[in-house]
Amino acid sequence: MIRNSASAMAEALAKKEITSVELTQLHLDRIDAVDSQVHAFLHVDREGALSQAAAVDAKRAAGEKLGPLAGVPLALKDVMTQKGIPTTAGSKILEGWRPPYDSTVVSNLKANGIVILGKTNMDEFAMGSSTENSAYGTTHNPWDLDRIPGGSGGGSAASLAAFEAPLAIGTDTGGSIRQPAAVTGTVGVKPTYGGVSRYGLIAFSSSLDQAGPCARTVLDAALLHEAIAGYDKKDSTSINAPVPAVVAAAKKLDVKGLKIGVVKELSGDGYQAGVRSRFDEALQELVAAGAEIVEVSCPNFEYALAAYYLIAPSEASSNLARFDSMRYGIRVGDDGNAGAEEVMKITREVGFGKEVKRRIILGTYALSSGYYDAYYGSAQKVRTLIVQDFAKAFAQADVLVSPTCPTTAFKIGEKSDDPLAMYLNDIATIPVNMAGVGGMSLPVGLSPDDGLPVGFQIMSAAMKDDLMYQVGGTLEAALLSKWGAPILSQAPALATK
Amino acid sequence: MALTFNDAIAKYEPTLGLEVHVELNTLSKMFCGCATEFGAEPNTQTCPVCLGLPGSLPAVNGKAIESSILIGLALNCSIAPFSRFARKNYFYPDMPKNFQTSQFDEPICVNGYLDVEIETDEGMKVFRVEIERVHMEEDTGKSLHVGGATGRIHGAEYSLLDYNRAGIPLVEIVTKIIPGTGKYAPQVARAYVTELRDILRSLGVSDVKMEQGSLRCDANVSLAEIGSGKLGTRSETKNVNSLRSVERAVSGEMVRQANRLEKGERIIQETRHFLEESGETRPGRSKEQAEDYRYFPEPDLVPVTPDADWIETLRATLPEKPSLRRKRLKAEWNVPDKEMTSMVNAELLDTVEETVLLGADPTKARSWWLGEISRLANEKEVAPISLITPAQVAEVIALIAFGDLTDKLARQVVEGVISGEGTPAEVIEKRGLKVVSDDSALMVAIEAAIAAQPDTAERIRGGNIPAAGALIGAVMKATGGQADAAKVRELLLKHLGQS
Repeated sequence: MIRNSASAMAEALAKKEITSVELTQLHLDRIDAVDSQVHAFLHVDREGALSQAAAVDAKRAAGEKLGPLAGVPLALKDVMTQKGIPTTAGSKILEGWRPPYDSTVVSNLKANGIVILGKTNMDEFAMGSSTENSAYGTTHNPWDLDRIPGGSGGGSAASLAAFEAPLAIGTDTGGSIRQPAAVTGTVGVKPTYGGVSRYGLIAFSSSLDQAGPCARTVLDAALLHEAIAGYDKKDSTSINAPVPAVVAAAKKLDVKGLKIGVVKELSGDGYQAGVRSRFDEALQELVAAGAEIVEVSCPNFEYALAAYYLIAPSEASSNLARFDSMRYGIRVGDDGNAGAEEVMKITREVGFGKEVKRRIILGTYALSSGYYDAYYGSAQKVRTLIVQDFAKAFAQADVLVSPTCPTTAFKIGEKSDDPLAMYLNDIATIPVNMAGVGGMSLPVGLSPDDGLPVGFQIMSAAMKDDLMYQVGGTLEAALLSKWGAPILSQAPALATK
Repeated sequence: MALTFNDAIAKYEPTLGLEVHVELNTLSKMFCGCATEFGAEPNTQTCPVCLGLPGSLPAVNGKAIESSILIGLALNCSIAPFSRFARKNYFYPDMPKNFQTSQFDEPICVNGYLDVEIETDEGMKVFRVEIERVHMEEDTGKSLHVGGATGRIHGAEYSLLDYNRAGIPLVEIVTKIIPGTGKYAPQVARAYVTELRDILRSLGVSDVKMEQGSLRCDANVSLAEIGSGKLGTRSETKNVNSLRSVERAVSGEMVRQANRLEKGERIIQETRHFLEESGETRPGRSKEQAEDYRYFPEPDLVPVTPDADWIETLRATLPEKPSLRRKRLKAEWNVPDKEMTSMVNAELLDTVEETVLLGADPTKARSWWLGEISRLANEKEVAPISLITPAQVAEVIALIAFGDLTDKLARQVVEGVISGEGTPAEVIEKRGLKVVSDDSALMVAIEAAIAAQPDTAERIRGGNIPAAGALIGAVMKATGGQADAAKVRELLLKHLGQS
């Protein structure tokens, strides 16, 4: 049962073949059995999950109308507030904090009867591509426990690949949903910026952050997408328009007449050979399904990474200023004599990790008087150019595609001392965030050179999220009929306790 | 010998700049739904947003935008079709997010002016104060530093934080530099803040109570030698909590700076605190090493883009300008300058006008509100308007006009209303205060008085008119003071054959 898709689980629940309490217990048991190796979770809310499950079962027994995913368990990235549940964003500085409020995503999950199993591991404040920056230890890739599960949402992606949860919530600032999906053989979607409320998402970079669904199938991601998306008056940047019909799109299984744009700048040198070959094969599947392939050029994508590493740290330097030990989280150095500023200083020194400090310093510098125009100002101009590149490309194609990442999962420790090499992981995912458009990663096979999953990225224009689900769903179905079984069936079995 | 104010202005020319912070009186805060009531228990009006809890996001209060636009329009500003919030980054324990959401280079209103009139040696003269910008921002929390000698953070044993104020909408109104005021600089500063306060009050956008901090003024002052054509280094004086203090702070700072310059010392660009008792300022934070606030556009909020039609709708609702209204009322009511000023200063202009609109004579209305009612209000340390309504005062004035009450009785009626005995009619009823004008009832009292003092009556009959006083007094006493003394006199003399 736990290896099923979320929609299959939902169907079994609807047919009363299993109760939500039973299904939740199965996942809690699986977590107990394998999470000591994977370390996908920072906190498992056993009692809370079972009581949410029991409430859904009671409603179902009473014949109440329930959401399509009611009773299905989910893993929540630890960057989302959930009332009363420890929320750390992977940082020591928030150790012990229990938010007094639910994020809008959590409110929506609860309203849909989706059972929250616990909080998943992540790079501290979502800064990283490997979860190695978590203050609470690295998450391991279920495909190879010596490898990274991607980041920042490595915990969410690994929980899916390890069958600890059929659904998860991620957040994506520069690729934190899609890159972990790619390296774990799962599906991850960054919706259009403003498609899902950010209220309760602990901010890394406000203008880039976007929460989205993580799942093992495109349809499951679509179902979760519709459960969490929509306008929220608590988030000024959320879009006041109907949610694109992504579930219907995921079920279309037809791409005839659609133009698929291959982004010239997101391939070639720097991309692993096995990644390129699987990407090309997937394109052929789409051609076979009736899509037309066109090549598009986005010349300014070249500058996206550099601009991203000015904008994101700038916003982060301000967003993370509130962690000052005054009202929540840890307080260090308060010996009764030290002044408030000194305590703030010591707490931040102890509470933040190396990468977070690096970005705070970078961002503070970029916003400083005399440097603002050269750094933050120029980066914003690049951002405008990237938006224009996308606009031109979307005039030529319905969706754009590229490999999600240049490589498959690398070894834990391989890049942790080389921030620039680490940053390059996100070279293909960052432009999507810079322009606020939609992006999806789905698995398209294992790289012949190392046997690890390869991700295929589909990008759609703002509020056209349905198009990437349509293409993703079709591609997934074509590959499934070729493979005969989902890709995760090829993952090595984890030892169970 | 230290320079006096007159010495200072003989040699130096002041330049002013005024920054006024206004707390808007919206029911909820700038970026969340929390209440804004003044004086609530600490930390009872807070939520994840105004506490800056991780994950929370701001959402703009539309009413605050409306109020800001109204202020801009009343100050003859252009309203920006596109303006943005920006983050002002700095660390302070009472700043929940360690940045203040404010506006920086894209404020909502720009380029306005306010004309103020002051009395000069050559009569009344108008100074035009140019407004650079009006922008929106949120207030910070409040710190209470406990222990230590100064009440400041340095040296305090510990500090208490109250976040009720955090996120209250503020509007900052910044003037351009105000040159050419010469010796009138202190009066111009005071007149500007006064006029601004009256405008804000007439717009109904703020409580404008300087003593409660809902209107705060920072005064920038610099001096340069007359004719030098230069601008001197400025200081910024804060903690100016009354209109009078605005005037005193400016003149005090002019004298202080002149004395430094005279001794060849330089003026330090710094924030200074006004000391209410001495009228002097003491140094605060030095701004020589300008703090870098690292402003950048607030990514959590979309730009403010008010619709042109909406702006015009708001413009059409602007009330009459306080200065024009004062002129109009002064003429209509025929009030001397001084009386007009006392009415304005006592904040009773609206109340008196309302009373007049209810039919009361302007002079009577003014004298009741400024006289008896203000006296009682002072005793109770409350606002006159909290004691009695304009309608009740108008009713009392009408009763006097009809002869139903004497001035003396009217005072008792007003006193009764104020002590909560009910409406004027109810007080009259309960206390039995109506003027006794029924002749037969008075005659009974008069005859009783004559019977009690036959000798006195005899003397009156004999032509000794002044002796009537004793009998009139007896009648007044017998009627509990409710008789009209003139009427008693008339009836008495007639009865004794003396008219």
